Amino acid sequence: MIYSTAVVQLMAPLLVVGLALCLSGTWAVDKGNFKTCEQSAFCKRQRALKPGESPYRALLETMELTNTRLTLQLINDNNKVRLLLELYRLQGNITRVKINELKPLKPRYEVPDVLIREPTTEPLSVLSQDENGVVLSLGVESQRVIISARPFRLDIMEGSDVLMSLNSRGLLAFEHLRMRKDTFSYKVTSTVASVWDNIKRTTKEEEEKVEDGMWEETFKSHTDSKPNGPSAVSLDFSLPGVEHVYGIPEHADTLRLKTTDNGDPYRLYNLDVFQYELYNPMALYGSVPVMVAHSPQRTTGIFWLNAAETWVDISSNTGSSETPQTDVRWISESGIIDVFIMLGPTPKDVFSQYASLTGTQSFPPLASLGYHQCRWNYNDQEDVKSVDAGFDEHDIPYDFIWLDIEHTDGKRYFTWDPHKFATPKEMLQGLMDKKRKMVAIVDPHIKVDSNYKIHNEIRSLGFYVKNKDGGDYEGWCWPGSASYPDFTRADMRAWWASMFAYDQYEGTMENLHTWNDMNEPSVFNGPEVTMHKDAMHGSWEHRDIHNLYGLYVQMATAEGLIQRSGGVERPFVLTRAFFAGSQRIGAVWTGDNAAEWDHLKISIPMCLSMGLVGISFCGADIGGFFKSPSTELLVRWYQAGAYQPFYRAHAHLDTPRREPWLFGPENTALIREAVRQRYTFLPYWYQLFYRRDLLVHPVVEEGARGVTAYLPGKDEVWFDVHTFQKHNGAQNLYIPVTMSSIPVFQRGGSIIPRKLRVRRSSTCMEHDPYTLYVALNLQRTADGELYIDDGHTFNYEKKEFIYRKLTFANKVLSSVNLAPDAKFTTDSWIERIIVLGASKPSKVTLKTADGQEKQLEFDFNASMSVLTVRKPGMNAGADWTVTFQ
Amino acid sequence: MSCQFLLLLLLSVGVSAVEVQRPRGVPLSKRQFYEEGKPFTCLDGSRTIPFDRVNDDYCDCQDGSDEPGTAACPNGSFHCTNAGFRPTFIPSSRINDGICDCCDTTDEYNSGATCQNTCRELGRKERESLQKMAEITKEGFLLKQQLIHEGKRGLEDKKAKLGDVQGGKKDMEAKVEALRTVKESAEQPEREAKERHLKAWEDQKALIQKEKDSARMAEVFLELDDDADGFVSVPELLSHSELDPDADGSFTEAEAQGLLGGVDKVDAVAFESMWSNVKEKYMSESNADTPAPEETSREEINEPVSDNESDQYPDDDIPEDEDDDDEEDEDDDRDEHDYKTPPTARTEEKKDDDEGAMPPYDQETQNLIDGKNRVIVIETCKQILFNFGLGICFRNLEKEISFDFGPSSEFAYLYSQCYELTTSEYIYRLCPFNRVTQKSKFGGSETNLGSWGKWAGPEDSIYSVMKYEHGTGCWQGPSRSTTVKLTCGKETVVTSTSEPSRCEYLMEFTSPAVCQEPPSLEISSHEHQEL
Repeated sequence: MIYSTAVVQLMAPLLVVGLALCLSGTWAVDKGNFKTCEQSAFCKRQRALKPGESPYRALLETMELTNTRLTLQLINDNNKVRLLLELYRLQGNITRVKINELKPLKPRYEVPDVLIREPTTEPLSVLSQDENGVVLSLGVESQRVIISARPFRLDIMEGSDVLMSLNSRGLLAFEHLRMRKDTFSYKVTSTVASVWDNIKRTTKEEEEKVEDGMWEETFKSHTDSKPNGPSAVSLDFSLPGVEHVYGIPEHADTLRLKTTDNGDPYRLYNLDVFQYELYNPMALYGSVPVMVAHSPQRTTGIFWLNAAETWVDISSNTGSSETPQTDVRWISESGIIDVFIMLGPTPKDVFSQYASLTGTQSFPPLASLGYHQCRWNYNDQEDVKSVDAGFDEHDIPYDFIWLDIEHTDGKRYFTWDPHKFATPKEMLQGLMDKKRKMVAIVDPHIKVDSNYKIHNEIRSLGFYVKNKDGGDYEGWCWPGSASYPDFTRADMRAWWASMFAYDQYEGTMENLHTWNDMNEPSVFNGPEVTMHKDAMHGSWEHRDIHNLYGLYVQMATAEGLIQRSGGVERPFVLTRAFFAGSQRIGAVWTGDNAAEWDHLKISIPMCLSMGLVGISFCGADIGGFFKSPSTELLVRWYQAGAYQPFYRAHAHLDTPRREPWLFGPENTALIREAVRQRYTFLPYWYQLFYRRDLLVHPVVEEGARGVTAYLPGKDEVWFDVHTFQKHNGAQNLYIPVTMSSIPVFQRGGSIIPRKLRVRRSSTCMEHDPYTLYVALNLQRTADGELYIDDGHTFNYEKKEFIYRKLTFANKVLSSVNLAPDAKFTTDSWIERIIVLGASKPSKVTLKTADGQEKQLEFDFNASMSVLTVRKPGMNAGADWTVTFQ
Repeated sequence: MSCQFLLLLLLSVGVSAVEVQRPRGVPLSKRQFYEEGKPFTCLDGSRTIPFDRVNDDYCDCQDGSDEPGTAACPNGSFHCTNAGFRPTFIPSSRINDGICDCCDTTDEYNSGATCQNTCRELGRKERESLQKMAEITKEGFLLKQQLIHEGKRGLEDKKAKLGDVQGGKKDMEAKVEALRTVKESAEQPEREAKERHLKAWEDQKALIQKEKDSARMAEVFLELDDDADGFVSVPELLSHSELDPDADGSFTEAEAQGLLGGVDKVDAVAFESMWSNVKEKYMSESNADTPAPEETSREEINEPVSDNESDQYPDDDIPEDEDDDDEEDEDDDRDEHDYKTPPTARTEEKKDDDEGAMPPYDQETQNLIDGKNRVIVIETCKQILFNFGLGICFRNLEKEISFDFGPSSEFAYLYSQCYELTTSEYIYRLCPFNRVTQKSKFGGSETNLGSWGKWAGPEDSIYSVMKYEHGTGCWQGPSRSTTVKLTCGKETVVTSTSEPSRCEYLMEFTSPAVCQEPPSLEISSHEHQEL
């Protein structure tokens, strides 16, 4: 697909900024509400294991190799428990390693629904084998896997270089499922059922130590009954030559991950953290267990497919004289080890390898790339109307206005407050008349109320998550007592989706989209403000699926929006909780941030981190959710947000109003300009989904008079998109700034299509003409793309789009069809071509497909070397060439 | 203002009638700059272009003036003639965007949008509402004149009152002193006459008492003298145990002798000397009701303070809280309390245990009591108290006068008034220049949404917005505040309330006091007729 995961590449230049962030954080989360590794029994247990000789041994004689699958048993010499290792070579330079118990007492959870399909395997072959190990060929560029038997260890080699080693520090640990020794069933089993097995085990088995927290664990007032006992898994990875690792969002931390030797590991456990603190490894709302390891030579990735609570330790020998190396270690509370090793070698390769497993960013409706106006809460229809009118009055474009929880009838989702939103269709029609849209919130906690249809149906269908005793799980959330639908069930999700039908969700229209909040899930009175781990999803514990819950909620919701349109319209659904694969569904935001400069700064690495692991449609609440921003901060946030993928202002209920026009005409103008810039680039954002040609250095310091941006690329040139000033690459550039400045540079060698006629919403700009910004590189060439479709349906899947390659070479700019079999027509035309870094031509000639030639008028600014071609006028979907003689 | 726009309205109608040719989106006033066939110079003078580039859907002028009728320039504006309604400019970005902005549909000439020409309808509606508004303004303005008049008078009164007091404490004290002197000198003859009368009455009472005592002594002597030998002897005394001097239950002879002055018996004359020892204790054998019945003589002279004296306080002065601290809730209670507890009437409770009533005043004294002096005394006392009362409410008065009731005191009438609005959940109460409160319809205590802060309208109409501040604090938030927007209306009512931000309330309030002088209505309506 043309809109690959390359969003990262849009974000990549921002990397500069992310790394330059200073480390300071002062904000107050109640840390006591959340566990440290020490307070999480399995983490404490696992972390207590120190590197050393692994007790695991590969039983080479058990090796079986079919064409594409290798299996091999591992044995723990301490307790004789056997594991089964599976190794696959996957298409696209990926190696998959799965480790499970050979004969678990009961099945262990394997994460479904995250991989887009069962990955395509490729042949494996044995290169050599002896009693110490096996060497397998991975089929590409002398890549091999060496399996060492004693102790078990796995090395992935390319030539003579080790790319990655597994269990090299001996930290593979797999807590096998076991009977509780003081229970009746254990005794029965041990005396009758598998006598032989037990005899075999106990012959040389060390008596398993029963530690605190193995069979029951209490945190604050909450007890986790842990009926299955210990079940953690852990594995270490060594990355020779690597000094920088990224990813494993979501954390409010720098883009580059820090070593965790002197503190807690990075935690992945979807949590509703009230007033989160910056620059620490605490868990936040979402989890993507993917890490990217980068060195100048190579980029690789690790995708640890496990949805249970997970901790990631990072250590590094940086500073020592040895070859740099980073060691990481993953610890999960339950499930199995299922890890995808993405071998790059370039960052782009890793991104597409990961995309081949979990999918690419969903193609959003064009309008959702516009500006979103949100607040907890717009009080009533009148309020919505007047805010909408405010945008017109102040000539600021916007596409979506949002309603938070107060719009419902007593926090019963799928309903409207009968007084404040008595005629929602009227309101939606009013917005539609202006080609604008709305988002209303639907959270997954369902008010326990026998007069509430949704609750009654879910209960009678048995769709609620169950507590450990088998009753419907109940917790406390916005509506008071609430139950939580079991979104892991496909039938539940189908039912949920059906609730979005226009005849079910009354008062809705096609311009109403959805927002899923609180889907970690947030349970106000639960342990760590989430669900009890011993709650049950069918036969699985919440412990096993926790990090998946939010993804499922968004998945079911998006499916609902698709279905209500008969499968035609692309959905827009925003989520707070997420997991690997969430990118396929919709947008994500960084949750409840605060109106502070540090939060503006952190929004950049937070979204970049997500972008690196596929979730590129990310944004932070403009202005900050909690507290009230200074005017300067608000303006700077609008300016920075204009260049982040998801652009939404949001504010807490208790904060004063902050619609863009409430801060005096001067600031209104600054915000207007920022939003308008966003809109001129809409064609580019849209087709980007994305490219690499813009570098943005937002101003994130209070009172800043200038910023220093690193312009990368030794042989690159960069053009300031506002002044057209040319700068050389590979330099730190000091850029003086005023309140109106948003330093943005276009890379020489790129062509960016823009629409300069900014209107009140993106939909209003549909038929408007394009201006092509051709920025020449040192070789005086440039290229780019132009993608156009209807902006809101899935018809692009039926080849209804225009996709063209724009190339400037040898003084000729041409538009060539990249998708000749695709069909789409547009009214849009090319109104202007601006060539940056140009020399003055004597004439400019347009040649269209029918062979006709036409002289074009142009204007040349010699001092800036900017050539502006006036009104060439050809249709944006046509073949043409423009020759500069 | 209104005239101006009506003029434009008139012009535009004329224009559409004549259909003056000019490029799309150009207002008539700028027609001369767009001359068909002649090179066009951007209105900012930056460059000149061939005329065929005007409205050719490409932006040539930096100021957008070459594309008044297309969306090509980011900063252009399009003129809608809107015949039948009001001509207007819209940003050129709204041309052909599929949304009907101009009521004459001229902005959507190439977008496929189906727009209805709604100008005549809008014009009609606007005229109606303008007319209505004009009527309201007219009547409101008349009412305002009245309010100004009353307000000014009220203010002058109060200023005068305050002036009296403000004249200085000394003045007031001197005045009170002088009044006191007047009162006292006016009281003098009356007091003296009364004193004389009283003294005479008391002398007479003493005389009567004495006679009574002698008679009783004789009576007792006879009673004690059982054997009627003309002497009261020890044995005769002993039969009256109540006379036991130490009341120890045994009345000895020695004690009896002691009572008789050391002798065994006394005659009637000698009895007189021991009478004082006996008379208090002696119990008549016949149980005759010897102690005189106690009688209260009603004092006829009342102090001049009475309940109705409080009537002398000006009504609207007294009830105002004397404390301007903004404690909530208590205020009202205290006010009510103040209302309901009148100044205590002090009745003289002088009791006379003498039997018999004082004889009526002689005519001369009575004349004094009923006479002119008495009236003077009462009036003077009233004045003293009045001045005293002024002193108490001095602060209130000063406070009231210190309020900014508008340039002509037209808002003065709102002072000490309250206006309510009931919504689905709450009862809102606006007491101008005092405070705003909210109370749940279903009970519960009142919440202070802010106390009078200041006028807070924009510079050119500062009296169009009131700000009430420092109300009850919000949980984790600021204290509540209310913005009251005033618009012209015949009646003084709260028309709506809302809470745009948490704890920041907005109230719409109509009052004649904000009505501006209507523009000469006759001309205006005349022009309407022409339309």
